[in-house]
Formats: sequence, structure tokens, C-alpha cells
Amino acid sequence: MVAGAFDRGIAGAQRDGVARRALSVATVVAIVAACAIPLWGSPYQVFQMTLVVIDAIALLGLNLLTGYGGQISLGHGAFFGVGAYTTAVLIHSWNVPYLLTLPCAGLVCLALGFVFGLPAVRLDGLHLALATFALGVVLPQVLKYKGIEAWTGGVQGISLEKPAVPFGLPLSPDQWLYCVALAVAAGLFALARNVMRGATGRVIVGVRDSPVAASSVGIDTALTKAATFGVSAMLTGIAGALSALVVQFVGPDSFTIFLSISLLVGIVVGGLASISGAVFGALFIQFVPNLADDVSKAAPSAVYGVVLIVSVYLMPYGVSGLLRKAKARAFAWIDARHSRSVTSQPTKPTKQGS
Amino acid sequence: MLSCQNVRVQFGGITALDGVTFDVAKGEIVGLIGPNGAGKTTMFNCISRLYPVHGGDILFEGRSLLAEPPHRIATLGISRTFQNVALFDTLTVADNVILGAHGHAHAHAKRRFFGEAFRLASALRAERALADEAAELMAELGLESVAQRTARDLPFGTRKRIELARALAARPRLLMLDEPVAGLNHAEIDELTGFIRGLKGRRGLTVLLVEHHMNMVMGVSDKVVVLDFGRRIADGPPAAVKNDPEVIRAYLGTAS
Repeated sequence: MVAGAFDRGIAGAQRDGVARRALSVATVVAIVAACAIPLWGSPYQVFQMTLVVIDAIALLGLNLLTGYGGQISLGHGAFFGVGAYTTAVLIHSWNVPYLLTLPCAGLVCLALGFVFGLPAVRLDGLHLALATFALGVVLPQVLKYKGIEAWTGGVQGISLEKPAVPFGLPLSPDQWLYCVALAVAAGLFALARNVMRGATGRVIVGVRDSPVAASSVGIDTALTKAATFGVSAMLTGIAGALSALVVQFVGPDSFTIFLSISLLVGIVVGGLASISGAVFGALFIQFVPNLADDVSKAAPSAVYGVVLIVSVYLMPYGVSGLLRKAKARAFAWIDARHSRSVTSQPTKPTKQGS
Repeated sequence: MLSCQNVRVQFGGITALDGVTFDVAKGEIVGLIGPNGAGKTTMFNCISRLYPVHGGDILFEGRSLLAEPPHRIATLGISRTFQNVALFDTLTVADNVILGAHGHAHAHAKRRFFGEAFRLASALRAERALADEAAELMAELGLESVAQRTARDLPFGTRKRIELARALAARPRLLMLDEPVAGLNHAEIDELTGFIRGLKGRRGLTVLLVEHHMNMVMGVSDKVVVLDFGRRIADGPPAAVKNDPEVIRAYLGTAS
């Protein structure tokens, strides 16, 4: 007996099969397209798409916290920055191999996020937003602090060299970095999807929906929130670390509060509490400002603002919400068609793929 | 099994519970009644450790609950429902019920985090077992047809049954029901009353319930505890409590 089979007849099963096939086709197309970009794209396009992949990881992290966990962070740019600086300092001051700096940046941000999350669990809604806002505002100042200038380079920041392409692969350094970012993103997205589908995802959403009920079924709500904060910061920090490698530079003013805000814009436009939403959000925050610049050199912010308002108005649940709605429509259409065909002809036993 | 001893709770200058003492024996159904504001739900929230207790003690199977954090209560064997129905609104009914088992599934939670991240067979098997158990409970409470619906979208009577299923998923030894039949129609009340009575026989559960519906409480309870203004004014079998002059005064305000 399968619990998931409740409330689904033969039509439902067939419909789910169609949906699953359509979804896997779409996923395969997306993956092939993503892998093909470095082959055909210009160096600048490859660079841009690398940033999209990196932003997608950062948004995945923020969406875990804000979309699934219901905790608003206005300061995730700070974790992005800490991740970037961790990588830059490790490479610059200690000559650590660049790939090894990625998990290091993740761990630093995991710890930082968890520690920040512990007191923050007592704050809710607007108060938490303000506390994280403070974090975002403070970081650039801290990075300029004289006492740590030897490592951070103070206001000058740190410049990095492009990592060499290994194994004599016929790729440019930019293409290689794109592949690294894509591989990291693929791994993190798969893990996040698996975790959020299972018991952990249920617990995180449960705490968001009703803290009182969550505690009554035995969930440690404070620990859950702090751990969510930590994992969220870790993902965003890894994204920051990748960005340091790709941009080859970190400076205190690369990680202002505006970065935090645009991350928040990304998850809302992409779709809250949705794994795929992070990808759509990343495309938005990477390309819409450029697009706005093309439309009007004089007032790109105004164009950006209008696009933002229109997309929030037309897609209140983000791009992924829109796609979900389209899927529901398609299901209804398939069901209707199926029930018509049932009345006109006897049903043949359907072959089920295993 | 449960022993509330001289429990005192204050909110600011108001004494919500003023030295309340009563016992719940294993296998009993105990009704906790009293006029509005008597402190019934406050008592529940003390046992759930949602409210601080300023005096007295609450013992469950001989061990004080006051040293336990709220999320340990379910693991100790006590689960509850809420007066205004607290569900996980954006989750499906099935997920709501599965989450009810968190208290006893929790021992493996850390292993499952990594197991699920990498889709290990053990984690998938654990998930399947939880789903099967939840499916049985949903069948028992007539929720099969809505198992994959989002909890938020369902009518009040159904939501109450989901909450009950979730509370039972924790495999409690003590089940606390806060106004289980409030807001239900006659047919639903009869059905639920029958179900609660059946719980005792089949699962060997102990039940503590707060309820305003007098016929229901008097019909189902082995013992009734009456609170008024934070004090216990009567404690005994339904028949005796019903005729207690003190209780009649509290409810009807007869001149004393």
C-alpha cells in the first residue's frame, strides 16, 4: 500500500506519468543547454552565465531560510561576502588550493549562520529582518577594519589570479570555472531537493506554519530555526566563494546591503519555497538590470522598478508559482480528455513503467 | 499516571491557576470542565510546558515535567490537540499526520538527514514506514480521500480529525484534547465521541479532555474535574459532579 496513491485513480496515475516524463524531458533539456553554454557562448556570456549559476546557489540558500523557513533575511549578502573573503584570504595568504577553499567557506558560513541564528530565533518577522539588515550593513565596515588589514587588504580588497585549467583540458579558464560552478550547483541543488522533499523539509515548513504545533509534536523549534539559518548561510557562502574565484577580486564594497536586497528580490520573483525558483530568480537578478540599461540609459532603475512591480503583480508566487499553475491547468485538461475517452471506449490496461 | 499538584500560574497580577490538584489514572478518560476563563486551557498549556508554572508540580509517570522543554513532552508520551486547531497549513494531510510521529521518529533524525540527502535505501524505507503508519490512522479517521490535499483547504470538522490523527501518530500514552467537539454538528459530535470512547478500549490510552459540551463530557468521562476561577471546585464521577451544589452555583450563578 502506498500512501501517495490515495485519491488518485487510473487517470491520476497516467497523468502523473505524463507529468513526470514532461518534467524529466525539461530537466534534460535544461542540463544539456547549461552544459552547452561554454561551447557556443562568447567569453562574456560564459562569465555572465557563471554568475547566474552562482546567484542560483546563493538564492537556494536564502530560499531555504526565507521561503521554506519563513525567516526573512535582509542580510544574506553578508554571508555571500564572508564566503568570498574566506576563499580570497585562504588563497592569497595561505596558498590553499582553490577547490579546497569552497568547503572551507561553506563551513565558516555554516558556523557563523548557526551562531547568528541562535539568538535570532527569538525574533520574528520584522524584528528578524532588522537584525539581519544590521548584519548586512555592518559587514563592509568590518572588512575595512585596520586590525585585519593584513589578511583582508582593507579598502583595497584582494585580487586573485585565475586558476589554471587542470588535466590539459581544452578549455579557457572562464569555461573551466563555469564547469566548476555548474558541478557545485548541480550537487547542491540535488541535495537540497532531496532533503526538502523528506523529513527535514517537513520539519522546516512545519515550524514555519505553526511553531506551537511543531513543538507539540516534538520538534525543537529553536534548534530547527538556527540549523536552517546555518545551512542557508552555508549555501550562500559557497556561492560567495565561487564568485571570488570568478570575479578574481573581493573588496568591501562588493558586498553592500544592495546585494542582500537583490537576493531577496531574486527569491520572491523566482518563487518562494521552491527549489527551481532559485534558478529563475538568478536569471532575473542577472539579466533584468542589464536589460533595463539597454532600454533606457538615462533611467535604468526606473525600468528595473517597473519590471519588478509588473512581475510581482503578474506572478505573485514567482516564476515557479506560475509554472505550477500551468501544470495544474494541464492536469485538468488531461483529466478531462481522459474521462471523455473513458466514456467512449473501454479502457485498455495501461502499461506502467517501473 | 498524570498528577497535578498544587499548580499555580500567574499572568501579571491575575492568578490563572490557584493551587490546582488532580490526578489522572492510567486508562481513564478524565473531563476537565468549568466556565469560561476557569483555567482549563491554561492547565493544558502548563502540561505542554508552553506556560511557565509558578508553584506546585506536574508529574507524568512519576517524573516532573517542569524540568522538560516543550518539545520533549511528545517524546515522553503526551500529545495534544488545540482549541483553535493548530495544523501545518501548507502541508498535505498525510504530511501533517506523518509529522505527528516526529517525537518517536526523531531518534533517527540526524541519520535521516544525510540518508535523505543522498537518497539511501534506509532513509527511503523509514519514510515509507512512516507513510504506511500515517495511512492507517487516516483510514481510521476517514481521511483517506483527502490525504494529498493541503490542510488549509479543508473544512473545520475535517481539520479537527486531522489534528486528532496527528496527535495519535505520536503513539501517546496520554492524549490531551482541547474542546474536541466544539464547532462540530450533531452527527460529527456523535461520531467523534464514539471514536474517543473506542480509543480507550483499543489503544489503552489515557485521555484528558477539556470540553464545554456537557452531554459529551458527562457521557464519555470516567471522572470529571471542575475548575472555577483557577480553583478546583469538584472532582469525581460524572453523576456526583453533576449534582454538586458548588458546581451548579459556578455554572448557573445561583445565589449561595
